[in-house]
Amino acid sequence: MSDISEGAARPRRSFVNQLELDLRLVGMIGAFVLICVVFNVMSDGRFLTPRNVFNLSIQTVSVAIMATGMVFVIVTRHIDLSVGSLLATCSAIMAMSQTAWLPSIFGFNLDDPMNALLAVMIGVACGALIGAFHGWLVGYLGIPAFIVTLGGLLVWRNVAWYLTTGQTIGPLSEPYLLFGGVNGTLGETWSWIVGLVAVAFSVWVLMQARRNKTAHDMPVKPIWAEAVVAAIIAVAILGFIWILNSYDIPSGRLERIFAARGETLPEGFSTGYGLPVSVLLLIGVAIVMTVVARRTRLGRYIFATGGNPDAAELSGINTRLLTVKVFAIMGALCAISAVVASARLANHGNDIGTLDELRVIAAAVIGGTALAGGIGTIYGAILGALIMQSLQSGMAMVGVDAPLQNIVVGSVLVLAVFIDIIYRKRTGA
Amino acid sequence: MTGHSGTPLVEMQDICLSFGGVQAVDHVSIDLHPGEVVGLLGHNGAGKSTLIKILSGAYRMDSGEIRINGKRAEITSPRDARRHNIETIYQTLALADNLNASQNLFLGRELTTSVGFMDDARMESETRKIMQRLNPNFRKLNDPVSALSGGQRQSVAIARAVYFNAQILIMDEPTAALGVHETQMVADLIQELKKQGLGIFLISHDTREMLELCDRVSVMKNGQLVGTERVEDVTEDDILSMIILGKAPERAA
Repeated sequence: MSDISEGAARPRRSFVNQLELDLRLVGMIGAFVLICVVFNVMSDGRFLTPRNVFNLSIQTVSVAIMATGMVFVIVTRHIDLSVGSLLATCSAIMAMSQTAWLPSIFGFNLDDPMNALLAVMIGVACGALIGAFHGWLVGYLGIPAFIVTLGGLLVWRNVAWYLTTGQTIGPLSEPYLLFGGVNGTLGETWSWIVGLVAVAFSVWVLMQARRNKTAHDMPVKPIWAEAVVAAIIAVAILGFIWILNSYDIPSGRLERIFAARGETLPEGFSTGYGLPVSVLLLIGVAIVMTVVARRTRLGRYIFATGGNPDAAELSGINTRLLTVKVFAIMGALCAISAVVASARLANHGNDIGTLDELRVIAAAVIGGTALAGGIGTIYGAILGALIMQSLQSGMAMVGVDAPLQNIVVGSVLVLAVFIDIIYRKRTGA
Repeated sequence: MTGHSGTPLVEMQDICLSFGGVQAVDHVSIDLHPGEVVGLLGHNGAGKSTLIKILSGAYRMDSGEIRINGKRAEITSPRDARRHNIETIYQTLALADNLNASQNLFLGRELTTSVGFMDDARMESETRKIMQRLNPNFRKLNDPVSALSGGQRQSVAIARAVYFNAQILIMDEPTAALGVHETQMVADLIQELKKQGLGIFLISHDTREMLELCDRVSVMKNGQLVGTERVEDVTEDDILSMIILGKAPERAA
């Protein structure tokens, strides 16, 4: 049976073949679409409402940002179990900075933008520093990353507790809350502008790649295939913006916004939330991390070290320092995630980021990062985070019992890795 | 004694290195002149690879001295060795399997654009040029090297060593994974590099091959140097008895 179908498919280059899409990427997007459709049907159309898509996006951001850093950690054959706790410590530092330390040292108002900015800078610096310390323990002292970060999981969770004496810290600074989600969105006009810029950028990237290939006499796909790919991307981006724009700000909230500006809400006025700032932040992180991975020495060395640590060492790469850098990046990203997570909740709670380490690792691994090292993509990890989050919130929406939810998520993780192993064996990659 | 005049390219003098209680390299001195091929022979574990890894910066010697062009050289890392134009083809090839040929060739010495990003296009065209010279059949420039055959992988490792204008080339079993035809290509390459004035340290188990390719051979046993002989002065049997018995051939003083 299977022989016949394979034989029939081989001779002609199918439509999908000519598009030269990354099969793994297509598979993941397919899985994501399937999840969305199934939950949408089961929840009588509630899953794909603008409101839920909006919530899904802002819930994914925190884990997705950390997952991009976890790709580097896993690619270099390490692991970081401390990211959830590190997020909590960074969040605690930033919460204490803006509510207590900075106002008392510099006399800042809580809602002073400088207060929020400085708090974030302190948080990111602390995250990078703690990460670098982990990296130093792993790279220079030779303690396995599993142990260092397992210790870190306990240490940083409780450092956070210690810093806040276990209290919930809030309210946080207004400008800081812009990174949380509902409190910081671009509005309809700016969302469309960002969407159009994103489409233009994607088309430019595609054209650049094609030009690069033709310049080196490498085969390129037919121009219509490029156009199809570009069209798919454009529809996806603009469709996403359209959905976010259709999620209207509730009138009560609008009234408050207008009242704060000293105006009254015009009769019948309504406007959408648009793109959340946190999602924009994630896109920025994704672009920077992808550029680092593909276009810089650091990225090249990360992948080379993951592929063959001895070869990297013999090529003159300082793999110890590289480990420090990789963990420092991870730490900084934990801090950025901490901004998003605590701003979304509008306060710093003691349990913030609990179990995030597992979600982040799962996102990276579902996204195709190989624990054996050397293989992984940034976009894959983000898609992985999105798949995990949609599973989780979809099940909650459909009313699956809490224990069953985690049973499903755990099983999906194992299944996803198994499918990945089979895929790699088949393609010989 | 060697028949060479002038300053040697490399002098390794009185080199010692021990791992735990094992004296892997025990007061060994060897040298290498421009345009010369010196072979290192010995059993597995005789200390050849260890000695050579000291020169390539992979190991740090306990005591001894390395001089390059007559000047004392500190070699404590592979980067130091590369700075002294010492290139090494390792027995294991030392390739990152997940990277392609040009990424491996330029690993640690990437070409960058003016803003500091990887210039993959230029690296690829340079790789294409050198592979054209070394192995014209090589086409798989964009596949990860894990997808290449043993001979192709070997040619990537060789290309990496000769691309960067090496003065001193270390080849650890360069033909171990190769077929007859490819072995001949390596032999031709060695002759060509010799003509260009490179000094080459060659490690192999194949005594006959060594007698063909080398100008001198040094034999090691149990971490010690048994002796260094010019190939025209010795027979294959002499060499074998040096390897097995650890005895230098007797000759009229």
